[in-house]
Amino acid sequence: MIAAPLVLAASLAYLLTLFAIAAFADRRATQGRSVIDNPWIYALSWAVYCTAWTYFGSVGTAAVSGVWFLPIYLGPLLAMLVAWIVVRKMVRIAQTYRITSIADFIASRYGTSPMLAAVVTLITVIGMVPYIALQLKAVSGGFHLLTAGPTPHAEAAIVWWRDGALLVALAMAAFTIVFGTRHLDVYERHEGLVAAIAFESMLKLVAFLAVGAFVTWGLFGGMGDIWARAQALPELDGLLRLGGAEKAGAPDYARWFALITLSMLSALVLPRQFQMMVVECVGERHIRRAAWVFPAYLLLINVFVLPIAIGGQVLFGPGKMDAETFVLSLPLTQGAHWLALLAFVGGLSAATGMLIVETIAVSTMVCNDLVMPSLLRLPGFGTRQDGDLTRLLLNIRRAAIVGILMLGYLYFRIAGNAYALVSIGLISFAAVAQVAPALLGGMYWRGATKAGAFGGLIGGFAVWSYTLMLPSLAKSGWIPGGFMDDGPFGIGLLAPEHLFGLTGLDNLTHSLFWSLLVNVTLYVGLSFARNPSAREASQALLFADVFTRANSSDPAPVFWRGAARLEDLRSLAGRLLGASRADTLFQDLAQQQGVAPPDLVPDARLVDRVERQLAGAVGAASARVMVSSVAQEEPLTVDGVFEILEEASQLRGYARALEEKSLSLEQATSELRAANEQLKSLDHLKDDFMSSVTHELRTPLTSIRALSELMLDTPDMETEQREEFLRIVVSESERLSRLVNQVLDMAKIESGNAEWRNSDVDMGALVSNAVRATSELFRGRHAAVELSVPDGGVPVIRADPDRLTQVMLNLLSNAAKFVPEEHGRVLVALDSDEDGLTVEVRDNGPGVPLKDQASVFEKFRQGGDALTRPAGTGLGLPISRQIVNHFGGRMWLDSQPGQGACFAFWLPLGAREEEEP
Amino acid sequence: MSSGREPRPRLLIALCAAGFVLFNFPLVIVWDKDVTVFGLPMLPVALFVIWGGLILALAAAMERRAPPRDEDGRERR
Repeated sequence: MIAAPLVLAASLAYLLTLFAIAAFADRRATQGRSVIDNPWIYALSWAVYCTAWTYFGSVGTAAVSGVWFLPIYLGPLLAMLVAWIVVRKMVRIAQTYRITSIADFIASRYGTSPMLAAVVTLITVIGMVPYIALQLKAVSGGFHLLTAGPTPHAEAAIVWWRDGALLVALAMAAFTIVFGTRHLDVYERHEGLVAAIAFESMLKLVAFLAVGAFVTWGLFGGMGDIWARAQALPELDGLLRLGGAEKAGAPDYARWFALITLSMLSALVLPRQFQMMVVECVGERHIRRAAWVFPAYLLLINVFVLPIAIGGQVLFGPGKMDAETFVLSLPLTQGAHWLALLAFVGGLSAATGMLIVETIAVSTMVCNDLVMPSLLRLPGFGTRQDGDLTRLLLNIRRAAIVGILMLGYLYFRIAGNAYALVSIGLISFAAVAQVAPALLGGMYWRGATKAGAFGGLIGGFAVWSYTLMLPSLAKSGWIPGGFMDDGPFGIGLLAPEHLFGLTGLDNLTHSLFWSLLVNVTLYVGLSFARNPSAREASQALLFADVFTRANSSDPAPVFWRGAARLEDLRSLAGRLLGASRADTLFQDLAQQQGVAPPDLVPDARLVDRVERQLAGAVGAASARVMVSSVAQEEPLTVDGVFEILEEASQLRGYARALEEKSLSLEQATSELRAANEQLKSLDHLKDDFMSSVTHELRTPLTSIRALSELMLDTPDMETEQREEFLRIVVSESERLSRLVNQVLDMAKIESGNAEWRNSDVDMGALVSNAVRATSELFRGRHAAVELSVPDGGVPVIRADPDRLTQVMLNLLSNAAKFVPEEHGRVLVALDSDEDGLTVEVRDNGPGVPLKDQASVFEKFRQGGDALTRPAGTGLGLPISRQIVNHFGGRMWLDSQPGQGACFAFWLPLGAREEEEP
Repeated sequence: MSSGREPRPRLLIALCAAGFVLFNFPLVIVWDKDVTVFGLPMLPVALFVIWGGLILALAAAMERRAPPRDEDGRERR
C-alpha cells in the first residue's frame, strides 16, 4: 500500500511535467523551431493507440486466454505495412484541402455534406464515450488499488469525489483546453499537445518494460522459468494455444481474423489515430520512419505481457486475483513500491494520452460538424456581417471538451462496473470501424456517392447498435435480456447475437460481420444505383487524384462557378480567422496573384482558396455554407464539371502540344547538325582525295617530263641510255593511265554509273585463272602459290566475272608485292558454305600493322613506309571492296603483324545486285 | 532525415499480404503446436518472430536511401 497523498503528489508531478513539456513545445513552435518536426516524435505520438486498455487490459486478456491479446496489435502492423500508400494519401488530401477531422474528411469527399459530417460525428461520439469511460475506470481502479491494497475482485464503494477519476477528467479537460484550443489554427495543429503525447508514450513504455523486467528477472529466473513453473499448474495447461485453456473444440479462427482486421482498420480510422497521423503531421516524409517505429513500439510494449500475465497467475494462484491489475499488484505485493508507483504513473499516462487526443479530435468534430452547421442554420446567424466568430468557435470547442469528458465520466459512474475493460474497447473499435468503408473507399473509388456513404454508415451503425450495443446494455442489466435468446417479439431469427440463425461466431465477430456486410453492401449498392452528382464527382476527382494533381505542373481545377465580392470574402475571413490572420491570408493570396491586396480578383480560384482556409477553422461543411452566404454561386451541374475539366485538360493539351513542338524542333535541329557534320566530313574527304590524286599524278608526270627534257637537251645521248629513259617514260605513262583509269573506275562505281555485265560465274575457274594469270609475278619473286578449291567445285553465282577477276588480280598482285624475296608463300583458298563463297588470299609477308588495319581499304592509303613500299596507286583495295560490296558481299583483312596478311572476301550465293542507291 | 528513393508500393502491398497470410488461418495452425522453443511455447514465439521480421522488412523498405552520390545537397530540403 502506498499513501494516498504520495500517489496524488506523483500524479500531480506527472501532470505538471506534461504541462511544462507542452508549454515548451508551443513556445518553440512560435519561434519556428518545431520540436515535433521529427520522425521519432511523430512515431511516438502514434503510440497513443496504446491506452490504459493496452496497459492493464492486455495482461488481463493474456492471463485468461493467452495469445488472444495479440491480434489487436498485429492488425496495426498490417496497416502500417501499407502506411506509405494509405496514410500518405490521407495526409496529402487532408493538407491540400485543410481537413481537420474524420467527419470533415468524409463530408468533403462526398460533396461537402453537413448531414454526413453530423452522422460521422454522432457515430464517433457514441463509439468513443464508453472508451473514455474505460480510461477513467482504469485510473480510478489503479488509484484505489495502490492506496487500499490489492483485494481480489473487490470494487469497494468509494465516495465519488475521492476516486480520482473526476480529478483526472477535470485535469485533462484543463490540459486539452489550454493546449488544444489556445487559438484557432487553420491547420488545427497542436505542437505542445503532440510533444506531450510523445512524452507520455515514452513514459508508459518505460514503466511497462520496467514492470516486465522486474517480474521476469526479479521475481522469476527469466521467461523460460515462468513458463516452466506455469506448466505445473493444470489451470494454465494449453493457455498458450489458440484453442485456449479450455481446449473446447477447434480454435476460433474467425474471431482471430476479425480481431486482426478490426484493429487494422482501427489503426487508420480511430479519431485519435487520425488526429495524430494525419492532422498533426508536419511532413509526409516522417511517415517513412513512423510507419515502422510504431509497430516496433507495439512489439516492445507487448513483449512482457505474457510473462506478467502468467507470472501473476503463478504467484497469486490462477484466478485468485483480477489479472487486469497485475501490472500494479505484482510490484506492490512483492515490495517494490516505487515500481508500483511508476507503473501507476505509466498507466495514468496511457489513459491521459488517449483522453487528450480523443477529446481534441472529437471536440473538433462536434464543434465543426455538429454545432456550427446548426448555428449557421439559425435564421440571421449565417448572414450576420459583424462580430468576430473566433471566440465563439473556441468556446464551443472548450465546452465540447468538457462535455465529452464529463459524458465519459458519467458513463463510468453509471456503467463502470458492468463490463470488462476489453469488451468495451472492442465495442468502440467496432463502432468506429463503420466509417472505414466510406473513408478508405472514398480515397480510391471515384464512383462512390453520398447516398452510398450515408446508407453504409447508417446501416452499419444500426446493425452494430442492434447486435453489439444493445446486448451489452442487456448484459449490464439495464434493459430486460429476454430478447437476447428468443429475439424481439419472440422472433428467433432476429436474436441480436444470432441474426438469421447465424451461430458459431462470438458476438464481436458476429456483429462485425453483419455490420460491415450491410455497410459495404449499402455503400457499394447505393453508389452504383445512381450516378454521382456534379459536386460528388468533382470532389471524388480531387480526392482520388490528389497525387497526380500534385505532380503535374498545371493547377488543380476549381469546381466553383459564380461571383463574389472581395470585401465580403475579407470580412468573412476576418470573422472566422481573426483580423490579423485574415490579413496575412489575403496578403499571401495577393502575392501569389502578383498584385497588391486591394487589387485581388475574386475569381473562382480565390474563392476556393479562401473556402479551404476557412474549412481548416470551421470544417468543410460550415465553410461551404458561410462562403455561399456571401458569394453568388451558380449551381454546379455535371456539364459544368465536365466544362471545368475540359478547360483544365485543354490547358494541359496546349502545354503538351507546345512541348511536342519544341521536341520535334529540337530533333530537327540535331538532324540538321548531323547532316552538316556529314557534309563537312565529305567535303574534307573530297579535298583529301583531290590532293592525293594530284600528288599521285604529279610523281610520274614529273619523272616523264624530266627525262623527256633531258633527252631533248642532249641530242647526242647514247642509244642505250636513251632507250633506258624511254622505257621509264613508257612505264610511268602506263602507271599514269592506270591511275587515271582507276580513278575513273572508282568514281563510276561510287556514283553508280559503272556498267555491270552479269552472268553465271564459276568462282573455282575464275580463281584458278586469276592465279594462272599472276603466276609470272610470283615466279619473278620466287614465291610459291598454293591453290585450294573444294573437290566438288562450288555453286555458281551471278556476278560480273571481269570485275571479280579484277578483285582477284588486285589481291594477288598485292600479295606478290609483299611476300619476302625468297621463300615467299601465298595460299589462295576458295570455300563455300550454305550462304555463300569465301575467297582468302594469305601471304607470309610482314603483315599489316595494327594501326593501319582500319585504313587499308581507304583510298590512297598504301601499306608500309612511303620510301620502302612497293609501287601502287592506293586505289586497288578500295575498288575491290566496292565491287564486293556491290554484289552484297564484304571484304576484310585478317592480319597479325609479322605473320603475314590474309585478305578475304565473301560473296552471297544468291548474289543479287545491290539496288542502285 | 531519410531522403532519396521512394519506397516501392508493390513491395509494401506484398508485405501486407504476407502478413495477413502468416498471421491467419490456416498457416497459424503451423505455429500452434505443443512444442517449446528455448523453453518457451512455440505459438507466441512464432508470432513475435514474424512480427519482428515484418518490421525489419518494412524498415528496410521505408528507409531505402539514394545512392551516396545523390546524398549531398538533397538532405535538408
